[in-house]
Amino acid sequence: MTLERDAPRLRPGVRRFLGLSLFLVGFALIWEGAKWLGGDPWRLTGIGYYHQPPFRVLQLTDRQLPHLWDIASAFGQPFQRNADYNLANYLIDQALYTLGEAFIGFAVGALIGLVLASVLVHSGLLERAFVPYVVASQTVPIVALAPLIVVGFGRGLTSVVIIATYLTFFPVTIAVMRGLRSPDPRAVELMRSYAASKWDVYRKVRLPASVPYLFTALKIAAAASVVGTIIGEGPGGVPQGLGRAILNFNQQYITGPEKLWATILVASAVGVGFFLLVRLAEVLVVRRGGGSVA
Amino acid sequence: MTTPDRPTTRPAQPAVHLVDVNMRFHTRAGDTTALTDINLSIAPGEFVSLIGPSGCGKSTLLRIVGDLIKPTSGLVEVNGKSAHQARVCREYGMVFQAPVLFDWRNVEANVRLPLELMGMERRRREARVKEMLELVELGSFMRHYPHQLSGGMQQRVAIARALALEPTLLLMDEPFGALDEMTRERLNAEVLRIWQQTGTTVIFVTHSIPEAVFLSTRVAVMTPRPGRITNVIETDLPQPRNEATRESERYFEKVTEVRESLRGRRADKTATKGSSEDRLRAEGPVG
Repeated sequence: MTLERDAPRLRPGVRRFLGLSLFLVGFALIWEGAKWLGGDPWRLTGIGYYHQPPFRVLQLTDRQLPHLWDIASAFGQPFQRNADYNLANYLIDQALYTLGEAFIGFAVGALIGLVLASVLVHSGLLERAFVPYVVASQTVPIVALAPLIVVGFGRGLTSVVIIATYLTFFPVTIAVMRGLRSPDPRAVELMRSYAASKWDVYRKVRLPASVPYLFTALKIAAAASVVGTIIGEGPGGVPQGLGRAILNFNQQYITGPEKLWATILVASAVGVGFFLLVRLAEVLVVRRGGGSVA
Repeated sequence: MTTPDRPTTRPAQPAVHLVDVNMRFHTRAGDTTALTDINLSIAPGEFVSLIGPSGCGKSTLLRIVGDLIKPTSGLVEVNGKSAHQARVCREYGMVFQAPVLFDWRNVEANVRLPLELMGMERRRREARVKEMLELVELGSFMRHYPHQLSGGMQQRVAIARALALEPTLLLMDEPFGALDEMTRERLNAEVLRIWQQTGTTVIFVTHSIPEAVFLSTRVAVMTPRPGRITNVIETDLPQPRNEATRESERYFEKVTEVRESLRGRRADKTATKGSSEDRLRAEGPVG
């Protein structure tokens, strides 16, 4: 039985890898195809090839949309004039810093969400009193809120983490509340027939039942925490991080548009990487049984 | 595990004692009377079925006995204690129509759950789980997960779990209602064997007449609107019961008696005895 189950499991993995490769190749083709049609003329110096695109589109010039190979080669060049550090090294450092901040925010937010959901599920009164505010909290744009948080908590790591936390706790709260309510009412009756306490029901039934819901929320929260951190790094005034790098390279865009594009690519890679990390944890934890809900 | 020792005369203290139990539900549409004047006394070691059409309150009555809901009025005693005390003392085992297994726990861990709650020491716990799974003949499926088992096997795991605490009272709410007829008959035989081996008292809710007659020492016939027990029929078929029981004259008589009682007619024993028409009816569709 287990052998039969394991054998076809390889294929979706292979298919997913092929799908991702296909997507990336297609993405690059569209990017460079657009530039081929409407970008700046270019020359391949090695073989003396010269290409004159048939159209001129402002959005496709080398300044607006650099060639992928220019972005790629920017990684190997010094990140600023006279620096002995290349862009790749610099961005990896910033990415790790951002990831660290995002992870703290993610962990704190997930913990707050878990505790909040557990309390709200057990009290109808608190639920009615609090849930509207939990929802309302997410209607305030984080860009508007970030400076206020920095004013309140000062420039630095704390503010950035609070911003990341703020974006993380919400999906976790809502999903875990749903997960804690997901067990069959008869499962709760069964526990009552064993004279189980509310704590036992929570620990043995509600919490395990909410794990697939929790992971769905954590995947959303992982991406959200990275976005929150990058946004927060601006007004948060931390000297490092991808948000700081984006602001800097944005100011230097005229002289080196590739650097900003490279940073954006790294930032999205960090978000995707964090997401995949959570997904890996999900596969390891929710290996058996019902599987994930979304 | 005790050997079956069922006295024919009722002892002083019944396993279940219900006096004038009434149940009314308050809903927005108004009050509904679910149960009226239920009086029933069940001796230790008895196997009593509650049978009746949907909405006659048989599941409600089972839940009242199990202290999952409180009756509006009336006395509910289990082994001389209140239903609440009995529940706190963990004297109940419950089996529902759905197995209600936890899909993140394997078979062994599902059966272990009540023992974990009781705080039983690990080595004893493992031995008990093994014993219970062997009782339902699933000893070799300990490491399987619920979704890897058939419906009948899942229900057997649920029975093993219900028996793990060695309950004095086993409450079964249409446990085989969702299973096919063949599986149901096999599990009926299995429940009888377990009942004989453990000597526990069983209350069994069903709407299958053959099932009720085959399993029970007594069948309580219920009618709806308002839910009440209209008749209690002694199903004094010889023990142990087996496949031959299902083909005996006495079995058909009892099936007919229960059926006619459900229709609200008094069973006339002399008129129906051994008639072929009756046998056809007994083998016909049930429900």
